Amino acid sequence: MYSKTYKFLVSLPPILWVALFLLVPYGLMLVHSLWAVQNGVIVHRWNLQNYLELLKNSVYLEVLFRTMRIAAGVTLLSLLLGYPLAYYLSFHAGPRKELLYQLVIVPLWVSYLVRGYAWKTILGSDGVLNGFLQYLHITHAPVGFLLYSPFAVVLMLTHIYTPFVFLPIYASLEHIPRPLVEASHDLGGTPRATFFRVILPLSMPGLLAGATFAFVLSLGDFLAPLLVGGPSGTMIANIVQSLFGAAYDWPLGAAISVCILCLTIGLLFLAEILEKRWSFE
Amino acid sequence: MSSSSISTATPLLAVNSVSKRFGDKEVLRSLSLDIFSGEFLTLLGESGSGKTTLLRLIAGFEQPTAGEIWMSGLRLDSLPPYRRRVNTVFQHYALFPHLNVSENVSYGLRANGAPKNEIFSRVADALKMVRMEEFALAKPMRLSGGQQQRVALARALINRPELLLLDEPLSALDANLRKEMQTELKSLQREVGITFLFVTHDQEEAMALSDRIALLRDGALEQVATPREIYAHPATAYCAQFIGQTNLLRGSISSGIAESGSLTFSCTGPSGPAVFSLRPESILLAANASAIVDPVRFRGTIRQQIYSGASELLDVQSSSGLHLRVRVPACGALSGEHEFVFSASDAICVKESL
Repeated sequence: MYSKTYKFLVSLPPILWVALFLLVPYGLMLVHSLWAVQNGVIVHRWNLQNYLELLKNSVYLEVLFRTMRIAAGVTLLSLLLGYPLAYYLSFHAGPRKELLYQLVIVPLWVSYLVRGYAWKTILGSDGVLNGFLQYLHITHAPVGFLLYSPFAVVLMLTHIYTPFVFLPIYASLEHIPRPLVEASHDLGGTPRATFFRVILPLSMPGLLAGATFAFVLSLGDFLAPLLVGGPSGTMIANIVQSLFGAAYDWPLGAAISVCILCLTIGLLFLAEILEKRWSFE
Repeated sequence: MSSSSISTATPLLAVNSVSKRFGDKEVLRSLSLDIFSGEFLTLLGESGSGKTTLLRLIAGFEQPTAGEIWMSGLRLDSLPPYRRRVNTVFQHYALFPHLNVSENVSYGLRANGAPKNEIFSRVADALKMVRMEEFALAKPMRLSGGQQQRVALARALINRPELLLLDEPLSALDANLRKEMQTELKSLQREVGITFLFVTHDQEEAMALSDRIALLRDGALEQVATPREIYAHPATAYCAQFIGQTNLLRGSISSGIAESGSLTFSCTGPSGPAVFSLRPESILLAANASAIVDPVRFRGTIRQQIYSGASELLDVQSSSGLHLRVRVPACGALSGEHEFVFSASDAICVKESL
């Protein structure tokens, strides 16, 4: 129906876009990871030293594992908050459903940075939370771990990502035909049994999508650790940032980036396989 | 299994003055109905008549605004659906897409903690009953409409409910499959002996399947009777028109003589204005009619003739303005004026409305 020339011309812009902004940068990154730094200058000497360095020097692995633990924590907490919220809205909110949905989305309008600073204010030694705890005489001195710790990073990222986890779960719950719920009740399934036998399995695609989103994005986050992480809350993205900045070792930074990229692609691939297995439509 | 016996002693299910209101719309108006054990009762009506709502109240998916529902001497409407000895076959089957046929059918048994070996044998029996054994491990989305319907039936019946509710289960099937499933459903009910409460808007289907028909209109019961009874002696003009076809003659009765238009015949109704239901097949061509009891004759011109194989439907207009539909056995093309005759006893006096 469309000529070959037309098809070619129409696909050219997106292909150029993907090539220019995705493939070329990844290519450059890969290439840089195989180079080295000598006397403060990048040398185009092909080698695998950077990758060996990552394996030898335990600091990088420690930070990577901490990053993965933080990402896992964020994912778990976001699910624990987001799923019940989505469930309530979908099945029990009735006429208020639309309004409550908007209320969940509204925080996304507030800039990420602004929310980060808000958390600094809340969690700091002179902050709102500490003041409140001392006012109630629950504590008598500022609690240290609240700010500039992995705890603060997890808290902030959970806050950021819960609406994102909520959205696909809500969509998949809404997608469940209500007669199925009635059928379960009709056959003797209590609300609890109905949830575990019918609703949860059918909401798995949405749950998986939300969890993948939260994990992968948390993995690569650098603003949250920067604002509220402190030295103990540093994540792998901060390391990469400093290697491209003050620490000036682009090849090593590139090598770490390539590893993270491979990890992320692996996770997305896994998520895709699970999604195919668990979707029923 | 022995053929079903309908117990008419105490009803299995008693609907007592049940009303249901959605917002400011009253969908069921103080409706009372008894359902007897072993019978095939159909709730018949147009959309909006309240038949599905009544079914949902009995299933437990809605609560009555007023009134009570009792089953086997116990209050039913205070129980949640998962505690009622009632199961439903849904209009679009509502099979669980993430479970295969066996898992769907055994859902009720598993949810109530039946032992594994018992589940296995009962599922096998249920599938055999609906002739779906070879599909035991298939997923619902791979099945045709008719097959899904049979799985839905097995899934409900395996739990041996006291009452089976069927919400227009055949409406999504094509005409031939529908007829086939009607026969299957009827014989299944006889075989299993479980009380069926069937909802449909198709009066032919209701007539074919039911032991009794409950005709609903605007949330109230118009008539409850066997198909033959409701056809031969409709209670109201609505019943007469909804079930089968009829001619409605309006007129009056005085001292045992009925008058409608130019027709006069004897009638044992009370004096006053009256409506008569006269079925098209009760009217015969005088030329073909042998001895008729209490004959009533009129002449009319055939305006239209619709042939349907075994019979013809004639659109007849009499000189006095009477417009009647007459069904005669196939007799070749007719035209012009003819004389018609019917028996006075076939003009049933019906109420205009409840």
